Amino acid sequence: MMANILVFAEQRDGKFKKSAYEVIGAAKNIASQIGGQVVALVVGSGIEGIAGELAGYGADKIVVADNEVLKLYSTAGYSAAVVEAVKKNDAGCVLMPASFMGKDLAPAVAAALGTASATDAIGIEVADGAVVATRPVYGGKSLVKVKSKKAPFIVTLRPNVFPVPQKDESKSAAIEKIDAHISADSIKAKVKEVVAGAAGKLDLTEASIIVAGGRGMKGPEGFKVLEELADAIGGVVGASRSAVDAGWISQADQVGQTGKVVSPTLYIACGISGAIQHLAGMSSSKCIVAINKDPEAPIFQIADFGIVGDLFEVVPALKAEIKKAVGG
Amino acid sequence: MNIVVCMKRVPDTAAKIRVSSNGKTIDESGIEYVINPYDEYAIEEALRIKEKSGGEVIILTLDSSDAQPVVRNALAMGADRAVLLKCAAKPVDSLATAQALAAGLKELNADIILMGKQAVDYDNLQVGPMVGQLLGIPCVSVITKLEIADGKAVARRQIEGGEEVVETTLPAIFTAQKGLNEPRYASLKGIMAAKKKSLVEKDAQSAEECIEVLKMEIPPARKGGRIVGQGIDAVPELVKLLQFEAKVL
Ligand SMILES: Cc1cc2nc3c(=O)[nH]c(=O)nc-3n(C[C@H](O)[C@H](O)[C@H](O)COP(=O)(O)OP(=O)(O)OC[C@H]3O[C@@H](n4cnc5c(N)ncnc54)[C@H](O)[C@@H]3O)c2cc1C
Repeated sequence: MMANILVFAEQRDGKFKKSAYEVIGAAKNIASQIGGQVVALVVGSGIEGIAGELAGYGADKIVVADNEVLKLYSTAGYSAAVVEAVKKNDAGCVLMPASFMGKDLAPAVAAALGTASATDAIGIEVADGAVVATRPVYGGKSLVKVKSKKAPFIVTLRPNVFPVPQKDESKSAAIEKIDAHISADSIKAKVKEVVAGAAGKLDLTEASIIVAGGRGMKGPEGFKVLEELADAIGGVVGASRSAVDAGWISQADQVGQTGKVVSPTLYIACGISGAIQHLAGMSSSKCIVAINKDPEAPIFQIADFGIVGDLFEVVPALKAEIKKAVGG
Repeated sequence: MNIVVCMKRVPDTAAKIRVSSNGKTIDESGIEYVINPYDEYAIEEALRIKEKSGGEVIILTLDSSDAQPVVRNALAMGADRAVLLKCAAKPVDSLATAQALAAGLKELNADIILMGKQAVDYDNLQVGPMVGQLLGIPCVSVITKLEIADGKAVARRQIEGGEEVVETTLPAIFTAQKGLNEPRYASLKGIMAAKKKSLVEKDAQSAEECIEVLKMEIPPARKGGRIVGQGIDAVPELVKLLQFEAKVL
């Protein structure tokens, strides 16, 4: 009997992240090759009601750590819950989304268990009976395949890269409670407040369409043109570092080596030259479109489709044409 | 206030990366090394805390080869002294790195430990939370703001679609994200002064690596370069391609 795969199914405010389902799908795929069960862990407060939903995505068993103390994320509280779940469920591998939460949690759990962790994997497979993770290093300029010499191997998976499994409503799974043995006093770093960014705006890391602007936008006004295109196609606006450093748009919207790493289905780069540090953040996008007036701009070498031209003419035309085509 | 900044030497972000003949690491020939960009934010924040509350800023680095020139740059920015932990080979493994740093940190009695959110070589994003766990102190990762008062800290950390305001007791670790501050340049005076600052080398506590690199490779280049056309005339064709060929609309 092989060890099980534990999935940390991230939720915030009682709602699962899309990446939680992606990770269950990846875990199912691994389990089909090496055996063992997919055990989904849900941590939070008042989350027992939503936990059952995970069976439909492929969880064989569901474990909940439900405690008032775990209402908001804390490294100490959540890592205690994961460690407990690992011990109770003979986990040989732990998968989490490479979200801000997962990327904080995975290393704390690995250190507590004295084991290896690989972050932001874009591939996961089984080779010679071992789980092997593929992850970009050196800003995506190279890829490494890594495995762990110890169990459990903890891996966080980049959001938007792994498919969400088809939901099967007929499936159900046993739900088990665990106690994280954590008290409010033992959490020394506490979240006091969660400040929402631009209200209701989807984060770049979760968006499936990103319309990004660079120095070519000329100023904050230019970004309005991009907002309009993004609104028309259900996308989110991102930016190059030049635009952020010029103060035209917030730091939270920066894509790249010192910004966010994104993997949308469609990335439209407007007035962005395509510097290596920008590519580090967006080159795993599925389809890249570049609009730039300079035919020599390096962005064209990695873009699937390019238009050479003035973005202030092309972007509004693109918005109109897309509306016409998809009736948006 | 004792402030320690964990700093790493990394290849210049514009450096071309080639895989070495062992197929597991990069070919280091011709690579120029710089302070990890995120560590610059950590150093700047440490200097600002010192300027406000007094204390000492100590640079701690773990390296197998000559990190001195890059560490001197941090001293030139204004850090007071540096401790260089020498290891046989620079660990690929975040846990081994964290264990060596944690051992070094124990001797430095820090109230505040700052480091970059990730080093842009292995892009691991793990050392801060790992050191926190090993030392039994809190770590607040990916911060864009830090305020220290009354023996406590309030930090803002980035999350999807917003920020968390986190309050923590000290000692604590903070990992820096861009936006935390604007790192200063080393002045000529700073560069001169750095030459005389203390840089102590010690043997790092060796730790076993649990990650095994099976293979390193350069990702296949994207098949880009398809120019649909010039100006607005190309727009209808582009939309067709997005709709029917790429199927992303
Ligand atoms: C350590 C480090 C980290 C970095 N991290 C990041 C990062 O995370 N993200 C990032 O993006 N960069 C990062 N950079 C910066 C990066 O090197 C580039 O400077 C930056 O990406 C350039 O931004 P840009 O493409 O918007 O501007 P530019 O390179 O100035 O390009 C502007 C482009 O707009 C085009 N243009 C101008 N006007 C128009 C118009 N009317 N219509 C169409 N096109 C037009 C121009 O032809 C040009 O190609 C980093 C750099 C360093 C050293």
